[in-house]
Formats: sequence, structure tokens, C-alpha cells
Amino acid sequence: MDTDTTATRAPGAEAERSGAPGPGPSPSPRERRRVDRRRRLRRDWPLLLMTAPAILVLGAFHYLPLLGNVIAFQDYSPFVGILNSPFVGFDNFQRLFGDPAFWNATLNTLYITAFQLLFYFPVPILLALLVNSLLSARVRLFIQSVVYLPHFFSWVLVITLFQQMLGGAGALNSFLRQQGLTPIDVMTNPDTFVLLVTAEGIWKDAGWGMIIFLAALSTVNQNLYEAAAVDGAGRWRRMWHVTLPALVPVIVLLLIMRLGDALSVGFEQFLLQRGAVGADASEVLDTYVYYEGVVNGDFAYAGAAGLFKGVVGLLLVLGANKVAHLLGEEGVYSRR
Amino acid sequence: MTVVAEPGARRGHRHAARAAWEEEPGPLGKAAKAVLVTAIVLAVLFPLYVVVLTSLSPQEAITRAGGLVLVPDGFSLAAYQEILSGGVVTRSVLVSTGVTLVGTLFSTTLTILAAYGLSRRDSYAHRPLLFLVLLTFLFGPGLIPTYLTVQAFGLLDSYASLILPTAVAAFNLIVLRSFFMNIPQEIMDSARIDGASEFRILGTIVLPLSKAVTAVIALFYGVGYWNAFFNAFLFLDDNRKWPLQLILRTYVLEGIPIPGAGPTDTVAGGPVPTLAVKMAVVVIAVLPVLLVYPFVQKHFTKGVIIGAVKG
Repeated sequence: MDTDTTATRAPGAEAERSGAPGPGPSPSPRERRRVDRRRRLRRDWPLLLMTAPAILVLGAFHYLPLLGNVIAFQDYSPFVGILNSPFVGFDNFQRLFGDPAFWNATLNTLYITAFQLLFYFPVPILLALLVNSLLSARVRLFIQSVVYLPHFFSWVLVITLFQQMLGGAGALNSFLRQQGLTPIDVMTNPDTFVLLVTAEGIWKDAGWGMIIFLAALSTVNQNLYEAAAVDGAGRWRRMWHVTLPALVPVIVLLLIMRLGDALSVGFEQFLLQRGAVGADASEVLDTYVYYEGVVNGDFAYAGAAGLFKGVVGLLLVLGANKVAHLLGEEGVYSRR
Repeated sequence: MTVVAEPGARRGHRHAARAAWEEEPGPLGKAAKAVLVTAIVLAVLFPLYVVVLTSLSPQEAITRAGGLVLVPDGFSLAAYQEILSGGVVTRSVLVSTGVTLVGTLFSTTLTILAAYGLSRRDSYAHRPLLFLVLLTFLFGPGLIPTYLTVQAFGLLDSYASLILPTAVAAFNLIVLRSFFMNIPQEIMDSARIDGASEFRILGTIVLPLSKAVTAVIALFYGVGYWNAFFNAFLFLDDNRKWPLQLILRTYVLEGIPIPGAGPTDTVAGGPVPTLAVKMAVVVIAVLPVLLVYPFVQKHFTKGVIIGAVKG
């Protein structure tokens, strides 16, 4: 595209400078671009036809709903419809910000994000360092195959497995009872819920998260280790001065993505356990939106909550990316 | 697309030998590492082992064990016979299978077509169209508007609602497009000069060259459809249309009897699932994933997926 337009623009600009379109066959630059566009359209319509179905799906189920967010500013009623519901400005948001349940959901979300940043985020890095330090290629591949696997399980399945292992009638508690010990309440205890969801997350996805770090580790120049060792650096110093610097760009990238997603901690995992643990501890923004909107039928209000989450999330992504640029890292997207 | 070397192959074909400059770890360090690695592997595999074993155990063994069976004690397929001889679970397996097959075919076709359609650097309007695809990463439409849109299209309680709203994953599209763009343009240009249509080029040149990546993307879609919970939960009220994941949640996780769940369904509420039945449902839910996993795994370690995001 670039080459085409510049190629046509250059002689066109010359013609413009030399006065009106001369008597020769060269048409005005704009016209020429239009002709060029028409020529490309005639050439490329099969490609457009191929792209159309996917774009239609995205249009119908992504961009159309995106427009549907106007209900956040309406007194929306399903019987009247989006087009005829009266606009009420920021009333829904005013109500939202005065609702303690909304703030409870927001705080829970932020608390879980912060907790997982501390206790979940480093796990794939440590796991990658561990796997990378194994000498036998066969053992390494075996462990990779095993720890990637749970990523492909659904949340329902993961939580069912946790319930069978740690729940009231699960393997752990029947073992404790057989030993005459008091069973411990893991699956329904609101106080330890954040530990539970983090453990579930680690079990399901920490192995998968390791891939990207392993890839980064594989790019480290092995001679650096040798040089460092010759200079007298021990195992840990080599890890600190050679291995970690290679991981920093990836860590920053993932950190940004996680921070940008600070308001989403997942929907299914929380929805599935809300009944067992109670809304006080397990309500996050996504489940709040679902219950207010779909269950209670208060679509406009829940739409406002969802839009708030979306807009703040977008600002967080852009902000985090900006910070990454300032730090000299590439970030999620660059301004190329 | 930056092709990342297989992460597992750092030391290549060299034998598992320590480099000369690398100090031998102490016995304590070695032991700690072995214990840690074993613990990690067990943490993943132990629950699966217990679930499979319990689902294959006769009722007496489960009673003897007082719950989950940890040591093999008899063998019985009764649980599988019960859930697979018609009834809610059988139906949900059929629904999930159908949705997975149709959805995967649909999604993969759309993704291949669009990825190819957007893969030529100078083609008409490819920039704004690509932008539309990429923008979906940055801002999701939100749950409520999506629900209202599906409702407005009259798709609530339809199988189409399990496929259409999430039919195109922008990520897969971008991965595939990056791959197509790395195919040498000269091959396609010469086919074009010979008068081949774009559809023909895609079918006879591009696709045969991208079998592996296309297979991975199809498998990712397939696993996604099989595991999908959200769409069904949101859009389906009629429990006769429920896919397996919803049955898993209601019947196994929450232990709520579903009318028509078993052949012995004479009570109004349907039978309460026994532990063996519950575990059999879990096994059926994991089985397809375990079956395709080796194929997916073979390819994603080659870095097909990583690095393509920025393409």
C-alpha cells in the first residue's frame, strides 16, 4: 500500500507544481489515486470477499454490542428498546458509585489482582528457571507436557477437581477424618477464598505461563554463562546477572498486560464458586455485572458498571504501556 | 512472526552433560530439586488418576474407601453405562460434540479466509480492516450489551448462540496471518500470473504450506468449544440444550439432580448422582482434551504461537 501511493504521489506532485494538468495523458494526482484505488479494488475484491465473513461476525458480535453500551446512559427498558429508551445522562453512574455492593466488588477485584501479582505472577518464572536447570532433555519435555496440560481444562473441570481433592467430602478431608483429625474447610471458607482462587489459577495456568519465559531463556547466549563463571560468578550470581536480564523485557510485558487487566480476574472461576463462598468475598466486577444485569434484569445499571470497567481497563492498558515506553521497553504495542 | 526455537531443546542433541565450568550442585540441592519436580508432576497427575480410578470402581469399592478410591480395588463400567445409555448426560455429550465439530469448522474456515484476505501488504483496504480486527483486543463490548445483542438477533436458547458470538478469535487470525505473510510472495505471484484465482492460490498453495499452523488453530478452537461454558450459561435456559460443561457444573459440582439424567429416572427430580457417576462425567469431559493434547503440544512447543502477537 505504501509503495503504491508514494509511487503515484511523487510524479503527481511534480505535475501539480508545474501547473494545471497539462495537455498530456497524465491526470490530476487525486484522480490518479482514485483510478489506482479502483484498479486495486478490481484486483483485490476476492480478498475482500474472503475477509468479509469474519469482519461480519466481529461487526455483529463485537462492534454492534460496543454501540449497545449507550444503554449505560439510558433508562433502558427491554420493552421499549435501545432506540426509544430515554437518555438520563450519568444517573446510572451516580447510582453505581453510591452502591456499596459495587465498591465491594471493585475492592475484591483489586485485592485479588494485587494478591495474584505477588503470589501467582512469579510462579511461572520460577517454574521456567527450574525446568531450564534440568539437565536431561527427556525429563524436561516430560515435565513441560505435564504442566501445560491443565491449561486446556475448563474452569468447571478445574474447580470440580479441586472440590474432589480439597472439598468437604474430598480426598484431603476423608484422609484427615480417618486419622482422627479435624477436617479443614477450604472450598467454602470466605476468609481463605483468595488463596483458593490463586491456587486454582496456579494449578491451571502457571505451567502454560512458563512457555514464554522458557522461550526467552532459550535465547540467552550460553557463552555469557561461561564467561561469568570464568570471572568467578557462582550459580546465583550468574542467574542474577545473566539470566534475569534476559527475562526482564518479557516480565515487563506481562506485568503491563496484567496491570491493564487489573479489573478482570476471570468470570467463570468466580461465578462457579460464588454460591459456595458467598458474594461478600467472591463478588468481582464481572459477576456483579452479570447478577445486576442478567439475573436482576437491571440492564442499564449493569451496563454502566460494565462500561466503567471497560473504560478504566482501557486507560490502565494505555497508561501501563506509556510507562513501559518511558522505561525504554517496547511494551504491548509500539508506535511504529 | 518470530519463530522461537523449541524451548525444550536448549542444549540440542548434546548429551545431558554439565559444562566444564559449571559446578556440580551439592547432594542437598539435587535432592531438593528432585522432590520439587516430583511434587509438581504429582500435583497435576494425582487428581486425574484418582478421578479415573474412582469412575472405574464398583460401588462397593467406593463405599469401602469412604469416598474417592486411591488404590485399585475391582473394576466396573457401570457408571459409564448409566450415563451413556440415554438421558441428560448422553444428550449433553452429543450437543458438545456437535457444537465442537460445527463450531471448529466454522471458526477455522472464517479465520483462514480472513487471515489470507488480510495477508497481502498492498491489498485494498487491508489496513482499516486489520485495524478493526486488532481493536477487538483493546476493548471488549461487555457482557450486558453482548447479551442484549444476542437477544435482539433472536438467538437466545439456540445452538447458534454457542458458536457465533465467539466464532472469530482475533488472536488466531493474527497468528495465521503472520504465518501466511512469511510464505515467499514469489510463489503466489507466479501463480497469479498464470491466472490462478485467489481462492485457488489459498487452496492449492498457501494451505498445503501451512498445515501445521492451521491444525493447531483448529485444535485450539476445538478445545475452546468443547470447554466453553460462558456462552451456554448466558444464553441457554432450556437444559435439554445444555452442553457437557453445564451438566458438569450442575450435576457434578453442585450435585443437583437433573430430571432425566439416568435411565432409572422415575423420581420427579431425577436420580442423585453417585460418586462413580460424577467421576465418569468428569472423565468424559477431559477425555477429548487428553486425546488431542499430544497433537497440540507437539506444535506449540515449536513456538508457533509465541511471538506472533506482535507480527
